[in-house]
Formats: sequence, C-alpha cells, structure tokens
Amino acid sequence: MSKHNLDYLDELEAEAIHILREVAGQFEKPALLFSGGKDSITLVRLAEKAFRPGKFPFPLVHIDTGHNFPETIQYRDEMVARLGEKLIIGHVQDSIDQGKAIEQKGKNASRNALQTVTLLDTIAQHQFDACIGGARRDEEKARAKERIFSVRDEFGQWDPKRQRPELWNIYNGKIHKGENVRVFPISNWTELDVWNYIRRENIALPSIYFAHERDCITRNGQLMAAAEFLNMDEEDVITRRNVRFRTVGDMTCTAAVESDAYLIDDIIDEISASKISERGARMDDKVSEAAMEDRKKGGYF
Amino acid sequence: MEILKFITAGSVDDGKSTLIGRLLYDTDAILADQLEALHRSNRKNDDGSIDLAILTDGLKAEREQGITIDVAYKYFQTEKRKFIIADAPGHIQYTRNMVTGASNANLAIILIDARKGVVEQTNRHSFLVSLLALPQVVVCINKMDMVDYDEATFNQIVDQYKVLAAKLNLQNVTYIPVSALKGDNIVNQSANMTWYDGKNLLEHLETAEIPVDDSAAHARFPVQWVVRPQTEELHDYRGYAGRISSGAFKVNDQVTVLPSGFSSTITKIELLDKEFNEAFAGQSVTIHLQDEIDISRGDVLVNSLAKPEVSQLIEADLCWMDTRVLDTSLTYLIQHNSKVTRCRIQEVLYKFNINTLDKVYEEEFKLNDIGRIIIKTADPLAFDVYQNNKANGGAIIIDSRTNVTVGALMLRAAVE
Repeated sequence: MSKHNLDYLDELEAEAIHILREVAGQFEKPALLFSGGKDSITLVRLAEKAFRPGKFPFPLVHIDTGHNFPETIQYRDEMVARLGEKLIIGHVQDSIDQGKAIEQKGKNASRNALQTVTLLDTIAQHQFDACIGGARRDEEKARAKERIFSVRDEFGQWDPKRQRPELWNIYNGKIHKGENVRVFPISNWTELDVWNYIRRENIALPSIYFAHERDCITRNGQLMAAAEFLNMDEEDVITRRNVRFRTVGDMTCTAAVESDAYLIDDIIDEISASKISERGARMDDKVSEAAMEDRKKGGYF
Repeated sequence: MEILKFITAGSVDDGKSTLIGRLLYDTDAILADQLEALHRSNRKNDDGSIDLAILTDGLKAEREQGITIDVAYKYFQTEKRKFIIADAPGHIQYTRNMVTGASNANLAIILIDARKGVVEQTNRHSFLVSLLALPQVVVCINKMDMVDYDEATFNQIVDQYKVLAAKLNLQNVTYIPVSALKGDNIVNQSANMTWYDGKNLLEHLETAEIPVDDSAAHARFPVQWVVRPQTEELHDYRGYAGRISSGAFKVNDQVTVLPSGFSSTITKIELLDKEFNEAFAGQSVTIHLQDEIDISRGDVLVNSLAKPEVSQLIEADLCWMDTRVLDTSLTYLIQHNSKVTRCRIQEVLYKFNINTLDKVYEEEFKLNDIGRIIIKTADPLAFDVYQNNKANGGAIIIDSRTNVTVGALMLRAAVE
C-alpha cells in the first residue's frame, strides 16, 4: 500500500464526515436520529469529528418506545450530558395516548411498528427537513439499493422507483416543503467495519452489547430478555443465560445470542466467525421477504 | 487494508448476477440466514444447484419483473482487500443507473457471452466506462463452459475487443475467460482451461492498482462548512471544513480561494484531536488560513501554483437522466461539489449513438441520451477537465421545478 492510499476505516470515516457536513450545509433544520445502538453511537462520534470545536448543527432525536433496555436510556443520558448537545425525545406512549397509534395485543405485541408514527409526528412537529440515520447497505437488500440522501414525501414514504441518481460525491438535498430527506452517512460500512471503528476510536457502548448474565425466555426459536413488556405467561420458562445483543432495538423484538464475548476484541472475533447476519436477530424483519422494503415505503427508517 | 470499488456491466443474460453471486459465495460472504433463504427459494439451476443470481435480487418490484432496476451495492472482503460492488443493470433503458454506479468506481468488469462475442451492448458499456473515465477494465468472457472452454474462441473475442478498446482509448484492459455458473477462474483457477495462465478474477481484483492522488499539482478543497464556535475561549477560531477532492495540501502552502481569487497561507490542517502536516485526496479535514478572508460554502481552495479553469461557459459531456426532455430555454441548477448555481444548456453540439458510437446531430435530449453540449452558468465554476480530474470535473443538473437530478456532466473545457 502506498503511504497515501487511505486505509479503509479512514476512507469510510472521511466519506461519512463529508456527508454529515453536506447535511449541515444544505438543510435548514436537520436532526440526528439516535437510537442508542452502536450505529448511531458511531454517527455521534463522526459528528464530533465533522463539527468540533463547534456545536453540532443539529439536535439528537430519540424515538423512545418505552420498551427500551434500561441500559440504553442510561447510556443516552450520560452521552448527551458529556456532549453538551440538545436531545429531543419523541415518546411512542404519547402517540398511543393521543390515539394516533394503537398498542398491539397478544404475545408477540411490539411497539416497533408504532415508532414510525411517533417519528413522523416528531419530524412534522419540529419541521425537520433532514434526518440522519445509521442504516447500512449491508444490512438488508432493500437498504442495498437506497441512496445516501433518500428523499421521503410528507408521509415519510420511500419510493424505490423515484430515487434520484446519486453520482460521485455530489448529494442533491433539494426538496419541496413538507418533504424530508433521510441521510445515511455509514451506508457503505459493514457491521464489522462499525465494530473495528468503535475499537479503533475507543468508543464506549451500552453494556448490553457485551456478554452478561440475564433472565431469558425462548420465543419463536429465539432468545429474548425477560421483561414485563413481553406479555409473558406460564408457557414462558425463564432461564438464566449468558448472552449479549448484536443490535439494540426494543426489548420486544431484539433477540439475544448466547455469548462469552466480554470485550470488544471478543465481539470482533465472534462476528468474524459468525454465520448469522445481524438483522437475523431482529424478529421484525422475519415477517416476509419484503418486510424491510414495505416498512421503508411506510416511512420507517 | 484498502477498498476497491468496482462496477459490473452486463445484462441478466450475460450472467452478471451469477458472477456476483459466485464472488460472494466463493469468498464466504454469504451468511447462514441468507443462505437458508437461498435454499428455501424455488429458483434452481437446471442441474439442481442453487441459483446464485438470487443473491443480487433486490426489491419486490424487481423480483416480480425478474429484472434489475437500480444499482445495488454489495460488500465483501478477503484477507487482502475490501470490495464494494456497484451492481448496475445493463439494459439500455437503465443507462443512467450504470452511469451512477460507474461514477464512484475504480474498475469496471465488462461481461461478454463467449457464444456471442462483442455485441451492441458491449459497445455501450465500454463507451460509458470510457466516458466516466474508469481507469481499469476487466473483460470477463463468460459462459466458457458453453463453448467447451475453447481457447481459440477466447482469443477471437479478445481480438474483437481490442479494436473497440483502441477506438475508445481504454488503456488498461485485462481479459479473463470464466464460467460464473461453474466457478471457473472466478475465485479458483479453472482446471478446464489450463491454457489460461493469467490471474483469476478475484486475484486480479485483489492486486489491481488503486490510483493515488497526492500531487500538489491539482490540490482542490471545496469548502462545505465554516466552523466558528464563537465561544469566549475560541473567539477567533475559524476553520474551513471539507474533504480534499484531489491532490495534497501542506501546512505553509500558498492557496487561492476561487472564484474570488484571494490568496492566503495554510496555517493548520486538523480533524478533532489530530493535526496533520500534510493531507491528501479523500481526507475530510478542517483547514485554517493566515488571513481573515471571506470564504463560505461553495468556494474552493486550490494550490496557488496550479489553478483550475474558471469559467461561466463550459463544454461538457451530458448524460440525461430524466423522463422530461432537456429544455434549452429553461433555467436549471448545477451542483459542482459544494457549489450550486443556476445554469442553462446553451447549445447541444451533438449526441452519441451509444450502440454504434457514432455522432448524431439531433437537438432533442431524452432520457438516457448522451452527448456534447455547452453550458452557461450564473456564477463561474472553478473546475478541472473530467478526464484528468474526476472529482473536480463532474457535476449534476437539477430541475428546480421537481428538485430531481436530471443530468450528469463531465466538464471538458472552458469556452473562450
């Protein structure tokens, strides 16, 4: 390698910073969607690189389903305090209380789908014209085709047939009033890239990413953390397991994997050897082969 | 480790999806749950083996129609390199998608069906590769299993393609005989073609040169954002944030701000807690200058010893990407790096018949048309010739009525 060829992590980082600065330069009211997961934590680190010593030109926005892992919320609050940046929280419970969203019933009830309602409401209320998210193209095949600047109509809908050509490093963020753009700065990163970057940058993560002992139940062949939101009944047998989580979503739809990965090096080894993709641990993608495509068309990230 | 970005050009019939599927499958880039979905699928090859093309299927709409509409990005890595594939559809009605996919690639794989040789679409794909100035081409002569792995057939197609490559001035072309379906010369050296002693496709991709752009001769830094904390302790802090699009900058370099023309000296190059004595193409940094001059988003810093062209009247190649035809009486927007200004297509010089590569003298510019035009911009653009400097020579046209990206421009020369 020539000394002036960028190492892949440097190249991915530089691309993501460029995209974040384009958002700052092109939009009036952008926001960074923060889920508490490793991908959005990575985005926060990239935003520090892009804008420090200045303030972020956008607030962080968290769509709180009320079914989060407590560890995620604790992490979020500590991080925001350290950064000194603004946090806006959209509560799914508010959407339910206002009658805009209806709580699912039954054993597999999840608030995952309701998030979209709260997200769209929060976007409308604050008139955000761009929302930065941590989705990656390697996660799923609908995402593999989505642009870095993904234009959504006022209903948040993604129309794969209306995607704008995206050439070189030129991003067209021009929109009509009411539309907004979802921006994905780490589109070209893989799961392993994110972990290698977190290790290189020494970024702290919520503790549930690392192996720990926890009460679990088995649902649809997958291990779930025992929690009051899971509508558990006598069929659900609680066992104590050594687990960790590969993604951080709701407790109702994020499956655990049995693991002894206590350190980030262990996790990187585990993922390198793993034969199950990350979204394979998300029950929400299992519904149909086009689950993600359909949800994106409905306004989901 | 570095990243090689490449595009695959070919249509479904050439076995493009099978080739990509084969690369992913044989490099172990397919995970168990994806593989399970693959095995569950009803689509099988004639001999009952799994249809690897399914791996590149994307959207429901595409599966229903059995075609690829849009560029899909795929990722895999080996011990030597990381790869990003832009998998673009090859049919003529998706020319704009191929142009999109090619714009960021270092290398193009062009697929030729060994039974058919160089055909019309080979011309088209090769023309686009030359138009977009991709530095390297790998011609994969596929379906060698269908021609009994015959060396003479391979050589004949190589000779055919050499004529085309010369015509299009493609300098760096490699030829590999493969069968994506059977796996010959993709990741493993073929036992069926012992007469071929070159690298297999993966070996070639692992060792293909990735060009380095570290010359001060065309150092360009489009300013994206001005960092001004305006706090008490950082009262005078003023940093210009951007990504070096080409060349290299050093502390103490004399730079000129374009289009204004003011000059100053670089005092610091930094990013968060790191300082650099030198930074080069591809790096996102924040640059500080000695003098307080008026610089904002859309301006570009260049090495004062090697300035680009600055003009409002520019000859360019245009690829039209919208279903509405080009209207030469209409004012559009042009976006060139971080700069956006109004523009008009002043004159259509000619179009290319991209199948025969002939010039066509016809004014109407429709979806997927490519030709040479003269564009007039409201503000001057500081640009380089695309073929020499892609990063500072490419631009897009936006229709301000719809906000859609309607054209890709490869800038060629300032018009006197």
